Amino acid sequence: MSTFAAVVLFAGVLAYAVLGGADYGAGLWDLTAGGARRGQGPRHLLDQTLAPVWEANHVWLIFCLVMLWTGFPQAFAAIMTTLYIPLGLTALGIVVRGSGFAFRKVVLHTQQQRAVGAAFATSSVITPFFLGTVTGGIASGRVPADGHGDPITSWINPTSLLGGVLAVAVCAFVAAVFLTAEARRLAEPELQRWFGRRAQGCAVVTGAVAVAGVWILRSDAHRLFHGLLTRGLPLVVVSAACGLACLALLHRAAPRLLQALAASAAGTVVLGWGVAQYPYLLGSHLRITQAAAPDTTLWALAIVAGAALLLVVPAMALLFALQQRGDLDST
Amino acid sequence: MAMLPPAALPAAAVVAQDPAQMLPAREQMAFTLGFHIILVPFGVAFTFLMLIANARGLRRGDAEALLLARRWSQVAAVLFAVGAVSGTVLSFELGLLWPRLMGTYGAAYGIPFAVEGLFFFLEAIFVAIYVYGWRRMRPWPHFWTGVPVVLSGIGGTLSVVAANAWMNQPGGFTLHDGRVTQVRPLAVVFNRAFWYEAIHMLLAAYMVAGFIIAGVYAAGILRGRRDDYHRLGLVIPLTVAALTTPLQIFVGDVAAREVYHYEPAKFAAIEALARSGTHVPEVLGGYYADGQVHWGIDIPSGASILSGYKPSTRITGLEAIPAAVRPSDRLVTVVHLAFDVMVGIGFALLALSAWYALGWWRRHDLPRSRWFLRATTVSGILAVVALEAGWVVTEVGRQPWTVVGYLLTRDAVTTSGNLWLFFAATLVLYVAVGAATFYVLRLLPRRWRAGGNAGSADVPYGPSRAHDDVIQEQS
Ligand code: HDD
Ligand code: HEM
Ligand code: HEM
Repeated sequence: MSTFAAVVLFAGVLAYAVLGGADYGAGLWDLTAGGARRGQGPRHLLDQTLAPVWEANHVWLIFCLVMLWTGFPQAFAAIMTTLYIPLGLTALGIVVRGSGFAFRKVVLHTQQQRAVGAAFATSSVITPFFLGTVTGGIASGRVPADGHGDPITSWINPTSLLGGVLAVAVCAFVAAVFLTAEARRLAEPELQRWFGRRAQGCAVVTGAVAVAGVWILRSDAHRLFHGLLTRGLPLVVVSAACGLACLALLHRAAPRLLQALAASAAGTVVLGWGVAQYPYLLGSHLRITQAAAPDTTLWALAIVAGAALLLVVPAMALLFALQQRGDLDST
Repeated sequence: MAMLPPAALPAAAVVAQDPAQMLPAREQMAFTLGFHIILVPFGVAFTFLMLIANARGLRRGDAEALLLARRWSQVAAVLFAVGAVSGTVLSFELGLLWPRLMGTYGAAYGIPFAVEGLFFFLEAIFVAIYVYGWRRMRPWPHFWTGVPVVLSGIGGTLSVVAANAWMNQPGGFTLHDGRVTQVRPLAVVFNRAFWYEAIHMLLAAYMVAGFIIAGVYAAGILRGRRDDYHRLGLVIPLTVAALTTPLQIFVGDVAAREVYHYEPAKFAAIEALARSGTHVPEVLGGYYADGQVHWGIDIPSGASILSGYKPSTRITGLEAIPAAVRPSDRLVTVVHLAFDVMVGIGFALLALSAWYALGWWRRHDLPRSRWFLRATTVSGILAVVALEAGWVVTEVGRQPWTVVGYLLTRDAVTTSGNLWLFFAATLVLYVAVGAATFYVLRLLPRRWRAGGNAGSADVPYGPSRAHDDVIQEQS
């Protein structure tokens, strides 16, 4: 039962990493799109794609938090009392990001749009970075089972920094591919090229970070390193393959296939982490079974997860389908 | 708890026992919750008003009603975003500020939140479809995508308030060596305080949204915009709010009696009653110090009659609470006054509702007096104050417990980090976001009047000019 709950929790992490990650990455492109005039095209596309879906994508984070504190309360408390600095900054970053995005569409003057937009974009970059450092802290075993680990080194350490940088790079990559596909769907060749170039650049950077990461993990998080190269290896390979396929087919494949490839490339990295981490919840000292809530609680969570599968997944599919058909417009 | 000081010890000694994080954590929790709760009525109840306008517009071919619905949905979209992010902060705070609450009781307390998550998903999804679907979707299907928003708003409120009610009247779990070993999920969710708290909150959301929106249009009419559009913008929300108000007072009365029976300590604080006894007067106003209320107005035997329908009803006083867990005089005053404010506003809004009903009954029209419009203009603010005051009664009235009878607030709070910094950053950020929200909402009407988004030049259903422009621009 506890393994099942952990799988549900992890499914939430995956969904957030891919869907939420794409939203964060879009913020990065917003930040680097250049001045008000030059950046108008990309920003407009980004606005249109993001507006209807970001809130729904964001709820995955809530889902993860709730699943964690209900299903594995001890681990939740341990994480929160150790990594409170990056997590507190994440919370504030989310406020800036969400409200900045919502306000930008309404304010009229370019000046104000610029200020609010910059707030949105900057926080879109730093928030995934902090979340990445949190992941690194957990994965490298720096969160003690009873919490109150070192508030600084738990997230400023090689694995965490790798996690942070990798998170930003992967988000940016997924977003660039998604937006390339989106531009193609809307028959906007110029934007397609714009985002396509960025997707390629990002793929190179992400690949380089990943390769460098192998060395970092070897010296800093040995168990994770070992797990990734044994059980996790197929996933790592799939991830790389999907990433490469994305690049090769960037301007040829059907938009939906392209998006699926990018999502798989990102998802399998995260999945690789999960597989390497199993059967531990925290580093290599707190097992999933030890940390789990009583069975009836886990059953309640399973029922909620089942209901989510029945209600939320079709609703989300409807939302995405309507968006793909161009039935939702944000202008 | 055994080592806690006797009541006679100076206050400083009591404070010294609290972790340094206690004060900032409480302030921050109260501030962020107080912020979030103002946005809640817009997600929960404003969407219902929007659907009424939408349905009316479609049924009667009323273009003004459709325009209202569409514009309201734009307002709701902004507020929904701010509500969502401020709610997310709350989720983090439950861990960052109260790790020992979550670590110990998460297995039980978390369940209603898990259910809440489900409703948030549905709400966020359908809000997006509804808000962005005006142009391209067919009218009635579009209308129906709004219905899940209202339903999940209700579901979300019920489940999150279930969590709060559980803190007041916890149940459905077994403790063994300080760990929750068995959980009965249904008993956790449907705890004894669930029904009245949840319904009271739900009605509050409808009152707040109704009176605020009505107030906006009342102000418009006062400034001379006496058209059908403004009239409808006043009538729809005010009717909903006026119908809700008497129900709310009834439910509040039920809640008070439940608190009398099952949370005697909170009830003693509400009544600011020092010593247990019968023929207890209802004291209005005043402050509590040295075992009595100063400057209050007494209604003889009032409290006894209200709680048990007869003057001989016995009410437990504060002295019956063990000294170690007795709230301080200051907290008692806060709870007592907050309760008076809530009830006072409840009756003031009831009077406004009656005035409105009277006008409608006599002449099928709004009351003619400008004072009616003025009163409506401020009613929304009053409703928000009542909402906040009610939560202060519930939350401060529970102190020093976080989970009544099980977990003291000082044992729930985190012991790591300097929370003042976090609180300061949060405060600055929220003030900025609050001000920006206000500013952005003031901009919207200007945009509408300029004929931009959903401006009067746009037909609510059908292609928009703005959209076509974009397409032309790009091709
Ligand atoms: C528009 C807002 C509003 C209005 C007009 C009223 N209330 Fe209220 N009240 C709330 C909004 C509220 C709330 C939503 O803020 C609370 C906080 C927690 C809850 O369940 O509802 C609340 C709590 C609350 C509690 C504490 C419940 C608990 O701690 O479990 C009591 C005893 C009352 N109310 C009683 C009343 C009475 C007798 C009213 C009669 C006029 C009244 N309320 C009007
Ligand atoms: C500790 C208390 C609370 C927590 C942890 C919390 C958590 C949250 C979260 C995470 C969201 C964002 C969901 C999204 O992305 O759509 C949210 C929004 C919302 N919350 Fe809360 N909430 C709390 C208190 C309340 C209360 C008391 C109510 C109402 C009774 C409420 C009602 C809502 C509603 C309706 C939304 C949807 C957004 C909106 O309508 O603006 N919340 N809350
Ligand atoms: C479902 C909704 C809510 C939940 C689950 C909840 C939960 C909590 C928790 C965990 C604390 C900290 C522990 C404690 O001080 O007892 C707290 C304190 C507090 N909350 Fe709530 N809360 C909710 C709604 C609200 C709302 C809407 C307000 C609006 C004003 C509010 C006002 C406060 C205040 C003032 C405190 C501090 C009390 C004190 O320390 O004196 N709460 N709440």
